[in-house]
Order: sequence, then C-alpha cells, then structure tokens
Amino acid sequence: MNNFEPLIAVFSCHYCSYAAADLAGSSRIQYPPNIRVIKVPCTGRVSSNHILRALECGADGVYVAGCLEGTCHFISGNFKAKQRVQHAKNLLSQIDLEPERVQMYFMSAAEGARFANVAKEMTETIRELGPSPLGRNKSE
Amino acid sequence: METELRIGVFVCHCGINIAGVLDIEDLCDYAGTLPNVVTVQPNLFMCAETGTSEIKKAIQEHNLQRVVVAACTPRTHEPIFRASCQEAGIDPYFFEMVNIREHCSWVHRHEREGAQAKARDLMRMGVAKAVFLEPVETFSSKVEPKALVIGAGITGMSSALALAGEGFEVILLEKEAELGGLLRHLHKIAPSEVSAAELIGEKIAAIEKDRRIKCFTSATVDEVSGYVGNYTVRFSCGDESHTHKVGAIIVATGGAPLKPTGLYNYDGKRVITQSELETKLKSGKIEAKNIVMIQCVGARIPERNYCSRICCMVAIKNCLHIKEVVKDAKVFVLYRDIQAYGVENEALFLKAKEAGVRFIRYSLESPPVVEEGTVRIYHSAMGKEVPLPADLVVLSTPIVAHDDSESLSRTLKVPVNKYGFFLEAHAKLSPLDFATHGIYLCGNAHYPATVREAISQALGAASRASTILSHEAIVRVGTVARVDQDLCSSCFACVKVCPYQVPRMDEKGKAAIEPMQCQGCGICVAECPAEAIQFGYVSDEQIMAACEALCA
Repeated sequence: MNNFEPLIAVFSCHYCSYAAADLAGSSRIQYPPNIRVIKVPCTGRVSSNHILRALECGADGVYVAGCLEGTCHFISGNFKAKQRVQHAKNLLSQIDLEPERVQMYFMSAAEGARFANVAKEMTETIRELGPSPLGRNKSE
Repeated sequence: METELRIGVFVCHCGINIAGVLDIEDLCDYAGTLPNVVTVQPNLFMCAETGTSEIKKAIQEHNLQRVVVAACTPRTHEPIFRASCQEAGIDPYFFEMVNIREHCSWVHRHEREGAQAKARDLMRMGVAKAVFLEPVETFSSKVEPKALVIGAGITGMSSALALAGEGFEVILLEKEAELGGLLRHLHKIAPSEVSAAELIGEKIAAIEKDRRIKCFTSATVDEVSGYVGNYTVRFSCGDESHTHKVGAIIVATGGAPLKPTGLYNYDGKRVITQSELETKLKSGKIEAKNIVMIQCVGARIPERNYCSRICCMVAIKNCLHIKEVVKDAKVFVLYRDIQAYGVENEALFLKAKEAGVRFIRYSLESPPVVEEGTVRIYHSAMGKEVPLPADLVVLSTPIVAHDDSESLSRTLKVPVNKYGFFLEAHAKLSPLDFATHGIYLCGNAHYPATVREAISQALGAASRASTILSHEAIVRVGTVARVDQDLCSSCFACVKVCPYQVPRMDEKGKAAIEPMQCQGCGICVAECPAEAIQFGYVSDEQIMAACEALCA
C-alpha cells in the first residue's frame, strides 16, 4: 500500500487542456508521472461510458480536463462533459466506489502550471483513496 | 482484422529532449512486443527530412498500414507526419502520434523510472488505438463569392473596402442610422494626429462610390444558417427584411466606452469621460484651467478584470491637445499603470511629461476622491494625501462589449468571453478566426484596439475571408459526425445537444448531419443513446481501445 502508484486516465481536449499539458512541457513544469492523457477534440466527445471503461480497465482515477467555463472552443462541450462526469460519479456511488475517483477540471490553454497542479492534486487524491478495487493494483 | 494489420512504430530521440530522460532502446524493444507491430525504428529527429524519409521508406518496405510516431505533440507535428504517410501512399489518417516529450520526458525529468513506465503505457495505448483508425473522406461545395461585414465603424469599413478592392461583393451592415461607429464622436487619433472625422469621411466616400459594396443602416442580423462558403443571412432594416447568400462573415461590431454612472461623482458636466472631452476638444470649447484625469475607471477591478489598453494613450493624447488649447492649463493624470507600448506612444508619453502634465500613481486600495473643485489623492512619494484643484475631472473608462454582442454570438453560433467580447479560435495561431470556419473577427468586437490596430486586424480578417471567397469550391476534410439512419431512434438528442444546431430530422424522420456544417466536436456522438452517430476521426472504438490498453 505504501508504494501504491495511482494510474490515472485523463481525457484532454485538443484546444485547451491538451495545449495546457504541452505548455507545462515546454515550460518544464514537473508533475508526477501517474497520468495518461487521451486526446479528444472536445471534452463533449467524452461519454460516461468512456470514463467508466477507463476505470474498468484498471485506472484508479479518471478526470476530464476541458476549457474554462464559457470559453469552450465548441461553445458548450465542456458543460456537457461536466454533466457526464457528474453522471459517472452518481453511478460510482451506487456501486460503492468513491465518486472522487472521477473529476472534472477546467483550464485554459495558457495554464500549463494549472495542468501540472491538477495532475498533482488528482494523484494525491487517488493516492489517499488507495487502489481502485477494479484496478491493476487490486489487493489479491 | 487484428492479425492482418501491419503497424510501424517510430520513436524519436528529439536530440536529448526525449532520449536524455527516456531509454529509447527499451521503448523500441517494448514496442516490438505489441500486437500488430511489424517494425520499430528509432531516429534522432523524426521530423527532420531524414526522419520522414525513413517513415516513407518503411511504409513501402514493410507494407505498413498504420504508422505510430512517438515523439512530441501532435498539435504542432501531426501535419508533417500525416503528409509523409500520404506521400508514401497510405491514408493520412492512418496515423497516430504518441506524445512522449511534452507529456513525458520534459515533465518527469527527475522520475526516470515513472517516466519510462508512462512512455511505455502511452505507446501501448497509441498502438492499440491505431488499430481502429479510419480513413477520413473529403467533401466539396461551391463558394458564394460574397462577404457579409457586420458593423460599419472604422474596422468594418476597412474590411469591406479591402474585400471590394479584391473584387468581391460585400454586404455591409450598420445598426446605427449612419456609418462611422465610435470615431464619429472623437477628435484626433494618436499618434498620427489624423482627424477622426476626416478618416471616416474618406472611408464613407469610398464605400458610397464602390458599386460592389451594398450598405444597410439601422440593420440587425436576424438569422444565419449554412456553412463556410455558403451562409444564408437574413437581416432587417426597419420593416424591410433581406436575405442574402454569402461565403464568409466578418464580425466588426466594435465596442463602446463604459458610462461611469455612480463612479467619482460622474455628472457629464464637471466630471466627464474621455469621449465627452473629445467632443469638447472638437469644438474647441475648453475653459477649465485645472484638469484632473483618472485612469482605469471601472477597469482592472474584480468585476471587469481586464486592461482596456487604449485609454492611457487616449488620456496622454488629450492632455497634449488641452495644452495646445489652454496654454496655462494644469493637467494631472492619476494612473495605476501606464500602457504606452511602442516607440511612438512612448515618445508621446515623454512629450506630455515635458509639456508639464503631471502623472501621479494611485493604488486600487486608495483611489482618488472627487469633491467639488478638488480631487484628493494619496501621494506615495510624499507619504500623505494631497488636494489637487480641479475645474474639470476626466474619467478614462474602458471599452466594453455592446449589450447585444451576446445575442449576436448566439445568432452566429460563435463564442464570447465573460466580458462579452468575441472569442477567437486561438490567441496566437488563429487570432482573426472563429472556430466556426468562414467567420472572422476584428477590432473592438474582439478586444479594445487602437485605430491602427483595428485597421490592421480589419485587413487581416478581410485577407482571411478572401482565402475562402477566392475559391470556386471549398474542400473540407471530413472529420465530422455521420448518422447511421438504420440505428437512429429519432430521439432528437443530437438535435438538442449540438452547439451549432447542425443535426436535423429529415423527411424520413431520422437524424441527418450536413458534413459541411459539422464542426467535428463529437458532442452528439457521445450523447446519442442508440450509438447511431459515427465519428471516424475519433471513434468510440479508438477511445475504448486506448482505455483498454491503460494497463499492460
């Protein structure tokens, strides 16, 4: 348990959070290597099914990172994503999994530091929650 | 299907940018163990000529069907590698990029073990996704060689004239009864000292003379439909309604100075705004001897947290004009920061100081207090509050978005930011484009701009629009959603969710998506409960494959 390294899937939109991750890179802002980014054109492309599938396939946590509220490149995709993340959280509670394993974040393409901080924050949150019972780190 | 696929993986050192942190040999060995991978090749610089020619050679030698490049970010380099695929004869969309530089070696420099594991995972996810890549078709449609310019201030007029000069027809709409916009009320323009009235006079005369420009005043846009190259616009002027087909749209609706109601005892007589001062300067009627200007009135505060950029120069310019009219005038400028960018503006700022204009800095915590005949200000160098005599107080207020910018944004289906300014597709890469193809923005509608900047942007937007209008037909890459009508249950979910209102119910009562209109966000794809909407560019199979490959 002490050396539990969370595995976290991130759905990043092309226009904001993926660009923020690139900026974190070109600014050499360091963050824990626990996240795996899956790029989508808009966070509105992400369905609750995708989030649940990532958990089912071994992620200890999943977050969707979209544009700042009101500045979505596709107008309202990030709001849709927020609803779907909430839906996934509700489903997790129903099967007694911590809803905190799934989160929605908003950031602009200029916020490389925020991307890194969110990656850190999520890694810490999941580290405290411990391995997902569905994950690769399951106890048996 | 999986056993037949032949995938080639190419791993970039990027000099030491990647190889300095990650063990490339290990990554290559690992990639070789992944399903369907038939060749793995490292390269010092994958994007250089040597790298891309290696890819092309390998595609032919190994008869590759999918190419995966593990290197930097697809946001900059994907087009290069897609082109290589195409040149070597495979569909450019049979390409997947794995970001092991920005997302790995650069951000995990001190955690090599974790970084290596992450790079392996990302490569595995990329290869798994590559199996499900689909070719992307292209669509073509005719272009209407006519533009719509909304707003006939200096920006809109400049755009319209530029487009007409290139031979395109232009519909120019103005919501006021006359052309000219904000400049109608202003005196002279810094730093060139051109009279605002003359400047717009010239433009208006040129527009009236040009047969290619059809101008409509007191006009409002009612409805916009269609897509790049082929928009249908309905607008009204009074009781008349007009419909035109246009190929491109330029938003040049401008902005307005904030009316400082309730701030610093603003009354429009003794306490006025800079634009009211300009009206006075225009008529030469300035009697006040003691003038105090206050900058950042209603700007750079929590509820309006942006710098309007132009007000400092407007104030400096007007100080100099006052000094010309009233030689012995005492002018104070109370400011928070001075925005006088560029050589000419800096020179004007110096000139104002030399002319005796006094600049005193204040902070947001201790703002000036305007009283009858005086302005009290805390002077930080003196360490105390000083009273300044003031017969006239001039408030520099920011340019704010028009009240109707949000309703226009809904009509055009383009975004505005939280202050109501129109939002470009990308601040650096596409500063004049909206995300919606064929619609462009310029001038104060986007953000406060000087006249010179507004004109540059107007010409830029016209140039962007002419890249569409100059083609007979426009070809679009089909990174778009498509409905499998056999699966459609006519639930209207896609119709409701699409931010661009593209899906509609056709005569068979099934959803249909016009590929030329689809913006490719994929929101409807995730929403459709029947999974009837296909999106080959980023399909469910691809996303699921990446998820399934999260763990080895």
